[in-house]
Amino acid sequence: MSNAPTLQVTDLKTHFFTRAGVAKAVDGVTLSVDRGEVLGLVGESGSGKTVTGFSILGLVDHPGRIVSGSIRLNGEELVGKPEAELRRIRGRKVAMIFQDPMMTLNPVLRVDTQMIEAIRAHEDVSEDAARQRSREALVRVGIPSPDERLQSYPHQFSGGMRQRVAIAIALLNEPDLIVADEPTTALDVTIQAQILYEVQKLCAETGLAMIWITHDLAVVGGLADRLAVMYAGRVVEEGPVDRVLDAPLHPYTHGLIGSVPSHNRRGARLSQIPGMTPSLLHLPEGCSFAARCPRADDACRVMPQLERFAPSRAARCHHPFIAENDGQEIDLTFNE
Amino acid sequence: MSVFILRRLMQSALVMVAMAVIVFFGIHLVGDPVWMFVSPDMDQHDIEEVTRALGLDRPIWEQFGYFVLSALQGDLGTSFVFGEPALGLIIERMPATLELAFTALLMAVVFGIPLGLYAGLYPDSAVSKSIMAGSILGFSLPTFWVGIMLIMVFAVILGWLPSTGRGDTVDLFGVPVSFLTLDGLEHLLLPAFNLALLKISLVIRLTRAGTREAIHMDYIKFARAKGLSTRRIIGVHLLKNILIPVVTVLGLEFGSLIAFSVVTETVFAWPGMGKLLIEAIQQLDRPIIVAYLMMIVFLFVVINLIVDILYSILDPRVRLGDRGA
Ligand SMILES: Nc1ncnc2c1ncn2[C@@H]1O[C@H](COP(=O)(O)OP(=O)(O)OP(=O)(O)O)[C@@H](O)[C@H]1O
Ligand code: SF4
Ligand SMILES: [Mg+2]
Repeated sequence: MSNAPTLQVTDLKTHFFTRAGVAKAVDGVTLSVDRGEVLGLVGESGSGKTVTGFSILGLVDHPGRIVSGSIRLNGEELVGKPEAELRRIRGRKVAMIFQDPMMTLNPVLRVDTQMIEAIRAHEDVSEDAARQRSREALVRVGIPSPDERLQSYPHQFSGGMRQRVAIAIALLNEPDLIVADEPTTALDVTIQAQILYEVQKLCAETGLAMIWITHDLAVVGGLADRLAVMYAGRVVEEGPVDRVLDAPLHPYTHGLIGSVPSHNRRGARLSQIPGMTPSLLHLPEGCSFAARCPRADDACRVMPQLERFAPSRAARCHHPFIAENDGQEIDLTFNE
Repeated sequence: MSVFILRRLMQSALVMVAMAVIVFFGIHLVGDPVWMFVSPDMDQHDIEEVTRALGLDRPIWEQFGYFVLSALQGDLGTSFVFGEPALGLIIERMPATLELAFTALLMAVVFGIPLGLYAGLYPDSAVSKSIMAGSILGFSLPTFWVGIMLIMVFAVILGWLPSTGRGDTVDLFGVPVSFLTLDGLEHLLLPAFNLALLKISLVIRLTRAGTREAIHMDYIKFARAKGLSTRRIIGVHLLKNILIPVVTVLGLEFGSLIAFSVVTETVFAWPGMGKLLIEAIQQLDRPIIVAYLMMIVFLFVVINLIVDILYSILDPRVRLGDRGA
């Protein structure tokens, strides 16, 4: 594996300057994704997953703004780039897939229009060539009779088919990274499984890196290589997906996974943790999970840093679950 | 599609019949036109003569039956005043009204959409706030007053534009039009703007509301995520979605443009159907009033049909056959 990761986000802060105050939606996110790797990004609603995704694409809208931090794509810094340059990167180097396939395609434009424009926004190719590539992309995501489908409007597709079209559009310019924001949540299980299978194959075959945002631990367990867990705008735990699910370090991850025995755990949704996500407008001093944390004590009034616990694992906690999971299990086993 | 159109045509015929009944009987409650033709030196016999000549001596249901029979043959009665077929008189003045209405429609689109788009894209800017304030004025100021003010400012004080009539006309396919001569165009400008003002305001508000809504839709964000240029996102993705309601409403409002032109035509002495109607009302020229109203209903019906068809072309989700209406 080459040394520079496809994406390296360091201490990213994206804040929303609302009338009510500053909402620190993303407040110090650090994560990285390698070539061909799928990073699962989980966390409760409002923890800042989508805002992280939009920050990577430079699509944070007013009143939001990236206030500090670094986003490096293949070593190239994206934060602070002028809009015109970001536009050339969006859709070409980084693509995004949204949660609701019913809403992502423009209802009044034909599918071919929406695909061809995505190619021609970045490359000076003929319409015929662009159409040919669009057709191939549809075939790649498993859409039957692509020629006919190109001529259709979005409303003539089912939800699953529309999401495939969205994925096909994301693939059109062979980006280095795709940010997929809960792309299969709205679909039924069989279709979800098909899409996941195809996406996994794609990453393995093409070296595409992927951030897969989801609430669904079953999906993450089956699809992702590594897992990052977000809480109140920060990554609180990060590591290889099996390790994190089997032996979480952070009390929040622990709570998310629940107390079910490990083999039954797969297929479970994130379990509910007592208490509420703190308001982003009034985050407490110190660890933001303290109010809900069974292990909280005085030390937690100081904000913990993201600490490495093994070459591949990190957590942001003063009292991680290390003792309970014997050190060996956490350690060493994972060497890329 | 054809089933839909057939059904709509039948509904339209029903509307026309209902309107004929209402208009015909309604108009007989207002005044007695005989007195408009009677002079002080006429005796009872002469008055009865006039009544008979106008066909007003028959019972009303008989008059109505006669009206319907002739209407089916394309005859909507003979004007009491001009002694000519009412329909012919109206059609003769229709091009002037249509020209005015179409020009107003064009202005509504040409001014309304860009202004509304701007106000929707930059809602907090001072320019946008002025646009919106202007549109409120456009909505609330009475048309006749605005017309008089336009004349005051542009014709009387500044002397830039003429205030009455159509100016020079040339024939286009045998129909006289003003917009092809410079003089005619000058004459057209003020009344068309007067008539358009309400619709410009309407289009501004519709476009702005549509823009505000569409800008937050996922498909716009997705279009941006594809790296499209702002121009393409606004000009294609956004505008095409906004145009659907705007075109629909404007189409439906076209009928009311023609109806409202009554006021504008009166203020600017524009020789169209509206002016004819006002004169007919003053002279209790019933056949003209009835013929005018039937004509307007007919136009509304036709316009609605066209709008429905246009709508299905613009919005691929609408299939005319599927809809109950
Ligand atoms: N336009 C905005 N204005 C103000 N605050 C915003 C805006 N967009 C996002 N936020 C803030 O950012 C927080 C995180 O939002 P985000 O959509 O990233 O959460 P998420 O983790 O994706 O949640 P979900 O799982 O529900 O999608 C929100 O709770 C909200 O407070
Ligand atoms: S730092 Fe303290 S409060 Fe925060 S998660 Fe760890 S133990 Fe809980
Ligand atoms: Mg989200």
